[in-house]
Amino acid sequence: MLTPEHIRDFLDEVKDPEIPVLSLNDLGVITGIEVAEDGFVTVRMTPTFAGCPAMEYMRAEVEQSLKRHGVQAFTVQMSFSEPWNSNKISEKGRKALKEFGLAPPQPYQGILVLDILEYAECPNCHSTNTEMRTPFGPTLCRSMHFCLNCRQLFEQFKPL
Amino acid sequence: MLENAIKDLLYKIADDQLILGHRNSEWTGFGPMLEEDIAFSSMAQDKLGHSLAFYTLLHQMGEGDPDTVAFMRNADQFHNSQLVELPIGEYDFSLIRHFLYDNAEILRFESLSQSTNEEIAKIATKLKGEVRYHVLHANTLVKQLGSATQESISRLQQSLEYALPFALGIFEPSKHEQELIDAGIYSGEAALQNQWLERISAVLEKTHLKLPEIANLQPVYGGRYGQHTEHLQPLLDEMAEVFKIDPTAEW
Repeated sequence: MLTPEHIRDFLDEVKDPEIPVLSLNDLGVITGIEVAEDGFVTVRMTPTFAGCPAMEYMRAEVEQSLKRHGVQAFTVQMSFSEPWNSNKISEKGRKALKEFGLAPPQPYQGILVLDILEYAECPNCHSTNTEMRTPFGPTLCRSMHFCLNCRQLFEQFKPL
Repeated sequence: MLENAIKDLLYKIADDQLILGHRNSEWTGFGPMLEEDIAFSSMAQDKLGHSLAFYTLLHQMGEGDPDTVAFMRNADQFHNSQLVELPIGEYDFSLIRHFLYDNAEILRFESLSQSTNEEIAKIATKLKGEVRYHVLHANTLVKQLGSATQESISRLQQSLEYALPFALGIFEPSKHEQELIDAGIYSGEAALQNQWLERISAVLEKTHLKLPEIANLQPVYGGRYGQHTEHLQPLLDEMAEVFKIDPTAEW
């Protein structure tokens, strides 16, 4: 008998196509998994950024993964009922981002203040003596920063 | 009926996002510097995503599917403010429009995130976080260029004076204004406009730009009920060109 834990394990192999080291579980976009008594599986997802073109791709990958593991009756729903925020990225995910060369978003409590948007630790030399160059980057979830210590440009996964 | 009032509100929000998203995308490849090219392209993508969220909600309320609604209407069926349909012009105009529009939009989302309508509140809560980056971008650039050179200051000042009556049109009162306020859907256009004036004034005070006397301006209304400039229909024709040739095409 399948359990939600089994499904969550299957989804560990589905990665963010733009950040291939990050699984959807670690990204925090899987908001619910249910297995009904008759075996029908419901997976709920929520987008990181509403305009992210990779979300449809990720949904299709989730469906493919379920099929590969022999799940026949399922639905994958995308909704805003539990909206994503960057605190939902797991510790494992943050480590993976850093190793990938992307500064992970600073965790925050309560309201996201401007200081946190502009704060970033350089993934190359770990200095926090950095400045935000632009809140936009090569994908919707990244901003661009400059490290005043090692004089390198780097990208950050935006806090949201 | 409250449902019609809500649909009216959602259409104007979604249409604003769609049309400004399209205008922003016209900067792709033409930005005055790489960072601005990327910024306007990113905001274009965000705005299309935001319009989709609201068109999807409208679809759940019985309206057409998002692609059909976005691509198959004519200009007189659009509820966007005229501000967002104006051509991108020079960079100074696009920056000022972005500044005026996004400072209004974040207030709208903040108000909607407190809405008694849960579906709307959830979407607004999510999207206001994204719009913060748009506001951060606009305010930073306006502060920098609004205090930089004589040319940058006078260009921004001219664009501000041109755009302001159109920006006041964002807050054109709806036919259902009181009904929406009474039902706790959002705080209403007049309240938003007052808050917006405070926000933009606070930024402009840090620059050499001068906010014209609002009481002397005639707001450009009409957009919310289908009256548009000659610039909207050509935009729609271009946006829907592929869809109209082959509605099943994927691109």
